[in-house]
Amino acid sequence: MLRQTVHRGYAGQATLGTMPDSPLFTAAAIAVIAMAIAVVVGVGLKVLRSFRELGTDAERATYKTLHAASRAGQHLRTGLNPAGAAKASKQLRSILGCDALAITDTSGVLAWDGAAEELKPSLMGLAAKVLDGGHTAVIPAGELQMLAGDTASGPITPDVERAVVIAPIKAGARVVGVVAAFAPSAGAGLVRATGEVADWVAAQVELAELDASRTLLMEAEVRALRAQISPHFIYNSLNAIASFINTDPVRARELVVEFADFTRYSFRRHGDFTTLAEELRCIDRYLLLERARFGDRVQVSLRIAPEVLSTVIPFLSLQPLVENAVRHGLEAKEGPGHITIAANDSGAFAEVTIEDDGVGMDPEQLRSMLAGHSDGDHVGLRNVDARLRQVYGEDNGLVIETAPGEGTLITMRVPKSQPHHDA
Amino acid sequence: MNPVVGIAALVGVSVATAVIGFYGLRISRTTGDFYVASRTVRPWWNASAIGGEYLSAASFLGVAGLVLLSGTDALWFPIGYTAGYLMLLLFVAAPLRRSGAYTLPDFTEVRLDSRAVRRVTSLVVVVVGWLYIVPQLHGAALTIRITTGLPSWVGSVAVVIVVCLTVVAGGMRSITFVQAFQYWLKLTALAVPIVFIALVLAGNGTPALAEANTNPTGLAPNGPYQNISLLVALLFGTLGLPHVLVRFYTNPDGQSARRTTLIVLGLLSVFYLFPTAYGLLGRMFAPGLAQGERSDALVLLLPGRLIGGPAGDMLSALVVAGAFAAFLSTTSGLVVSLAGVISQDVLGGSVRGFRLAALISATVPLGFAFMTDSLALAGSVGLVFAFTASTICPALLLGIWWRGLTDAGAIAGMVTGGVLCGGALVAGALSGPAASGAAMPQWLAQPAAWTVPAAFAVMVLVSRATKGRVPRTLTKVMTRLHTPERPLATERQGHSDR
Repeated sequence: MLRQTVHRGYAGQATLGTMPDSPLFTAAAIAVIAMAIAVVVGVGLKVLRSFRELGTDAERATYKTLHAASRAGQHLRTGLNPAGAAKASKQLRSILGCDALAITDTSGVLAWDGAAEELKPSLMGLAAKVLDGGHTAVIPAGELQMLAGDTASGPITPDVERAVVIAPIKAGARVVGVVAAFAPSAGAGLVRATGEVADWVAAQVELAELDASRTLLMEAEVRALRAQISPHFIYNSLNAIASFINTDPVRARELVVEFADFTRYSFRRHGDFTTLAEELRCIDRYLLLERARFGDRVQVSLRIAPEVLSTVIPFLSLQPLVENAVRHGLEAKEGPGHITIAANDSGAFAEVTIEDDGVGMDPEQLRSMLAGHSDGDHVGLRNVDARLRQVYGEDNGLVIETAPGEGTLITMRVPKSQPHHDA
Repeated sequence: MNPVVGIAALVGVSVATAVIGFYGLRISRTTGDFYVASRTVRPWWNASAIGGEYLSAASFLGVAGLVLLSGTDALWFPIGYTAGYLMLLLFVAAPLRRSGAYTLPDFTEVRLDSRAVRRVTSLVVVVVGWLYIVPQLHGAALTIRITTGLPSWVGSVAVVIVVCLTVVAGGMRSITFVQAFQYWLKLTALAVPIVFIALVLAGNGTPALAEANTNPTGLAPNGPYQNISLLVALLFGTLGLPHVLVRFYTNPDGQSARRTTLIVLGLLSVFYLFPTAYGLLGRMFAPGLAQGERSDALVLLLPGRLIGGPAGDMLSALVVAGAFAAFLSTTSGLVVSLAGVISQDVLGGSVRGFRLAALISATVPLGFAFMTDSLALAGSVGLVFAFTASTICPALLLGIWWRGLTDAGAIAGMVTGGVLCGGALVAGALSGPAASGAAMPQWLAQPAAWTVPAAFAVMVLVSRATKGRVPRTLTKVMTRLHTPERPLATERQGHSDR
């Protein structure tokens, strides 16, 4: 049975044929170009026509409002912050058609667009009640001047008398800020519209919070995925060492030291990245301990290009692959087994391969396990695969070639240049 | 000369390169010695590899030819080529190694936090690489023509084919060992014949045909401007050569990068004794070679002319082999680094992309080489250094040592330097008889003295004007560049032999 390539995202390795250089090819090329021109012309005509027929006034007004809203939404996508609020307030003021529009959070004014900026220091005082109660407040034209004069330190003399509508921005049950619209008079229309705008801003803020929590979730996932050494291995190693204590105390002592070094590396707290050289040293210790159990049944050869030794790789990303080769490739096999670890310089990438001549795996089962549909014995592989995809993008997961009885070849490609990751 | 000699030498070197490239690391080690330490490249190896990659056709053939033509003036070339490494040692080697960027575009992108800078740097790197490959191909063409009598293009095409085959087939996996081998081959190929020649000349008391200080061509000596400009180009140009910088990543840390550079200085100094000796002997015993366009072939022709017979043929074969080692090693080093840049920036970084990019980066210069005439080799490589010094070098030096550099400043400086220097080179090539350079105004023939300061000035001024664009990541990046790193954990604790 032949080995199959398992790589989530595509089935098998696609190969592109070379372009045939024939009259047929030329004709096809001309046809494609002609079609492209036709499409461009067609789309262009349609766009021109749509400019001529912009629709009725109502349609145009709807479009204008929606367009302003979508522009403002982009600015609010990062949450309530001064930069985004300043840009969004311009768009929102054009929707409401008021003289001035302000957005605040719970502690201060984030943005003020339009006239009457002398009222800015007193706005937080006016909004305090709205922030507490969560109900829209309307302050008529005459009272605004008086109230503002009360709350601010100096007397306020605005050029025009204005009313203000202050509507709360409610994200969930909390009030996270207010939208304040200033206009010569506060009619019912303005009050309702301001309330709707505030609700719309609230929806955007909630979306931003959702975004932030998704990022946090991804980080937490990476942290949770950070590999741990398997409890079986600790148990087996200690047992193997115990068996040497009487027969070969010197070796037992050396093994304990190796074990200590191995655990020190595996349990280290800092950093999610390491260098290929450090990871290989960890594998060296790991294999030393496994050899104490298996003796000469585990044979390892190494072919490492020195150019890639200092490449940065995710912490404990190779060791689980080697452990998989020992555990699932060789343990179940009769007689000695051979593992080859190779690292090569491949353009902008470092390519690490781990090959064993053990019992292999069932490709279908492996595929569904990597996709997360089923739990299997190879959780270590899935963990590494997920982390590689998380860090280097969906195209850079593990590529595994295997079949039952045919051994396994695991390939990992890591970009050599990762200046943002500290080893 | 016997044509079989040349062809045999070419085939021999190509095969040896390919074999070391493919099998250099295939000696698998099993169970017992897993130590990663045995895999790190010692500074000596890496220094040899840098020497191998750096010593191009210009050094191997060009320097001797220039000494023959212009005497002591030509000595500025080996001085500049070597002293450039002193600059590299002092200002660039360790910080660049610490940056974690693998190519120059990577470095500028990280330092200035800008994709636009990356694109400009990539473009410049590709141009520099192509310009630098062209003289190598000219050298190969010359060597094939002189030694076998075949048409010139055979030499260039042969080099491109051998390089493409080895790179595309993955034969550059153990590139460090290939290049290190090439250095020692080149050194042997120059040293052994010259020692034999000296012994033979001393033994049979051949009288010199001319005094060493007679100028065989009667050209005027260089003025101070030309020498200064040349030295500026060579000193600063070495800093920005893409294929040289990549070698430093093979060092495990910044400190060993410095040690490597120190050894390189020694290796280069030893190497350049020999082309100078060839030039000197050429002046005394074969001044006729200075006529026509054969001065660059001095190194190839001298053993056959002064010794002759089968012994002369053997020595000639050795020199030809060394020359091809020079063309192959420099070209393959450049093709690998260019292919890295092109595949990453244009083709998405896949394995297929890398191969395609390698083909592109080797064949485009072949086209250039066919279109242009062979200038004096050392001179045309000197011009490439001038271009590098006016573009990449300011961005690299200011990027490492000046906190104020901005992306706009870097782009403006590189474009200014590139346009000025490139313009001067093109204008020079169009206006004067290219072969001699005597008819051109000096400031066009050697533009580095004014284009390099201009590029630096523009970079500083524009950065000053766009202060607001200093990247936010500045402090983090600078800290990384300038703080010594933890040593790469390759030794066992308690068993350390360092």
